Amino acid sequence: MADLRTNFLGIKSPNPFWLASAPPTDREVNVTRAFKAGWGGVVWKTLGDGDPIVNVSGPRYGAWHGPDRRLMGLNNIELITDRPLDVNLREIKQVKKDWPDRAVVVSLMVPCEEQNWKAILKAVEETECDGVELNFGCPHGMSERGMGSAVGQVPEYIEMVARWCKAHTRMPVIVKLTPNITDIRFPARAAKKGGADAVSLINTISSIMAVDLDQMSPWPVIDGQGSHGGYCGPAVKPIALNMVAEIARDAETRGLPISAIGGVTTWKDAAEFIALGAGTVQVCTAAMTYGFKIVEEMISGLSRFMDEKGYQTIEDFRGLAVPKVTDWQYLNLNYVVKASIDQDLCISCGRCHQVCEDTSHQAITNQVDGKRKFVVKDEECVGCNLCAVVCPVEDCITMVPQQTGTDPRTGFDYGRPYANWTTHPNNPASKAAE
Amino acid sequence: MTGSVRADGVLAGRLQPEEYARNFADVHPPLSKHEAFVESERCYFCHDAPCQTACPTSIDIPLFIRQIAAGNDLGAAETILNANILGGMCARVCPTETLCEEACVREAAEGKPVKIGLLQRHATDRLMEKGEQIFKRAASTGKKIAVIGGGPAGLSCAHKLAEHGHSVTLYDAKEKLGGLNEFGIAAYKSTHNFAQREVDFILSIGGIEVKSNHALGKNIDIATLRKSYDAVFIGTGLAGVNKLGLAGEDTIAGVIDAVAYIAALRQAKDLSTLKIGRHVVVIGGGMTAIDIAVQSKKLGAEHVTVVYRRGQDDMKASAYEQELAQTNGVILRTFAQPASIQSENGVLQSVTFDETEVSNGRLIATGQQFTLQADMLFTAIGQIFVPNGLSGADAIALEQGRIKVDAERRTSVKGIWAGGDCIAGGQDLTVAAVEDGKQAALSIHRALSA
Repeated sequence: MADLRTNFLGIKSPNPFWLASAPPTDREVNVTRAFKAGWGGVVWKTLGDGDPIVNVSGPRYGAWHGPDRRLMGLNNIELITDRPLDVNLREIKQVKKDWPDRAVVVSLMVPCEEQNWKAILKAVEETECDGVELNFGCPHGMSERGMGSAVGQVPEYIEMVARWCKAHTRMPVIVKLTPNITDIRFPARAAKKGGADAVSLINTISSIMAVDLDQMSPWPVIDGQGSHGGYCGPAVKPIALNMVAEIARDAETRGLPISAIGGVTTWKDAAEFIALGAGTVQVCTAAMTYGFKIVEEMISGLSRFMDEKGYQTIEDFRGLAVPKVTDWQYLNLNYVVKASIDQDLCISCGRCHQVCEDTSHQAITNQVDGKRKFVVKDEECVGCNLCAVVCPVEDCITMVPQQTGTDPRTGFDYGRPYANWTTHPNNPASKAAE
Repeated sequence: MTGSVRADGVLAGRLQPEEYARNFADVHPPLSKHEAFVESERCYFCHDAPCQTACPTSIDIPLFIRQIAAGNDLGAAETILNANILGGMCARVCPTETLCEEACVREAAEGKPVKIGLLQRHATDRLMEKGEQIFKRAASTGKKIAVIGGGPAGLSCAHKLAEHGHSVTLYDAKEKLGGLNEFGIAAYKSTHNFAQREVDFILSIGGIEVKSNHALGKNIDIATLRKSYDAVFIGTGLAGVNKLGLAGEDTIAGVIDAVAYIAALRQAKDLSTLKIGRHVVVIGGGMTAIDIAVQSKKLGAEHVTVVYRRGQDDMKASAYEQELAQTNGVILRTFAQPASIQSENGVLQSVTFDETEVSNGRLIATGQQFTLQADMLFTAIGQIFVPNGLSGADAIALEQGRIKVDAERRTSVKGIWAGGDCIAGGQDLTVAAVEDGKQAALSIHRALSA
């Protein structure tokens, strides 16, 4: 049986599944329910200083639905905790006392003044929690007040605040990054420079979910108006994977511990983030969609995957995919695949033909000998994968690597040795020998 | 007297009022909004969709389902009705399991096709509820066309002609329009007076003058109509029924033509006034046989047996309809043909059958017999075309006993078109009749515009 225990910055948890700083971790009652359900840790919903913030009493969430109203993306305009600081601190202390084997990290967001950070860190330390996460990610509301993503979008601020925090606490400091920037490596490098122990990402993405066409207002509508919120859930996972990978493979931040966040819904999502170097994963939308019980599937699935692959601990496969993440220019231009349609699995919907014909390379028939039949024309197929991704039947269309013979499309032999753009004759900057 | 299912004889009022109501409620309740959304999202939006190819009226099924999924029910209805003006009724009565839904790729994928018929009903119901007129008539052409027969073929033809700006006179032999939609199909497939609501919707386009109680051969004739109109369309259906050819079939009380009984059932204001036997035997293997058998059960007949001379696979009623009969408690007996009818004092007692088998490709009697107790015997062995009132014209050519038409539904006589069950080579389906009417109208329009 695989060992799912993690040790992230010295913070131990029985499994890598943490609940992200968000509504599910706002109060003792929720966190206790989460720990009973089996979650390995929580990042307590962000604490602030001064008078508690006030939330809207209109809708706070919007969603993007897939077929059958599957929730694919969630958007929120909730702010940081709206409960008094002392209540939260008391509950955090109690929870950590009751659940010593679980990770309890506390998310923080206060104005960009050193004394504010110093003060709240001191108060939080007394809860005996395991660490703090600096919320530099929240894209709505708090950012208008110079906090959250307003800090996360300026690398110099990130570095400055991280440095203050490291100076004023013995606790591990995790910097939570906003994806609402052009290049995630800059804020990550700043966090590292400031001495942060780790980064967590991604926070939510600025978004308007929809426009109510009757009220002509962003949806959800709050008394005739709407505001952009933070987007999360399965839809953002690809964006998060890329940002995690960029930090994992960047020369300046390589090795910086990462707690990955962004659309983790099943064990597989978690395993993918771990393969890209994450030490723990944080989950919110999936829990807010299905409740805490989903962690059972995550634990079971990850264990079975690891057993199957012979990975005894999370560390055994953590980061294994990082070296495979490369720049386009290094991809093998001599690698050739052709689509292949399994005629036994094909249900003849014809979508592969339709999309290839309309939008790609006219490489799939719709008839053979006068009969409805969908077959790939190797002489036209560029191996783009579009047919395979639109096919409604799993494994019906596969992309088959070509090893021997000649590509009827290009006239080149298959199986030529690796060669990439950097040496390609069409590349004006080619380094090929003259 | 008010009977029960156990009372012998042919009696009215075998059931309680709530039982009649339950038995004759919609056999396929409409989809809720939620169900329609979930179902519509199952559609793959296929290339050159097999469902559309399988539809005799070529409704753009992937498009209308996508419109439903996108919250555009009325647009979906428009897509449907543009191809098939009786899309509402077809959604209820089409044997979708042998047409669009059989062709659905999800039938191949999972054995569970998209519920195209119910989605079509969902969309068309929304439009009917709204009462929106989606058709706009073209400017008047000044041409006059006589459409004879107000069933699916005639209604479809009349509507399409009216849409193109022609003036239509729609003749029907009965008081009410609708043809088999009104008088033929099973009551539980067209509840809440749907057939008449659909007729009203079709007529609301304008330009269609209705003359009911006008029958070919009685008070109208082809020769006169040809003179008065620029074109004539015949869609009179099948007015006659086949006979068993057994002694006593016309005289013994309790031997009844299923078509006539269903017509009476469809027009009954109070189902408890309909008399039905305790032991009902139905002879036939088509939709009429199934419809009368199931409705007999629903009227309170205790034992209903359908007897068909060949096997279940040979029955014209689809496997789905056969199953509907069986799940309603109807017994299907195959490979038997009627030999004689027994009566006492002119009242039906039983029916004797010869067992049959196929030998060298021919159906023969085996020499074995069995007798079924019966107080009611429904004959449902096929309807036939009656060429009344056609004689005045240059003789319209027939083929296999029905009117011969070409691909455009032109008869052998210039200026006369025909469609629906009265033409040869058809499928005897509502949806096929609608297509006939539509194609004939387009052909007439082309001819008159030339």
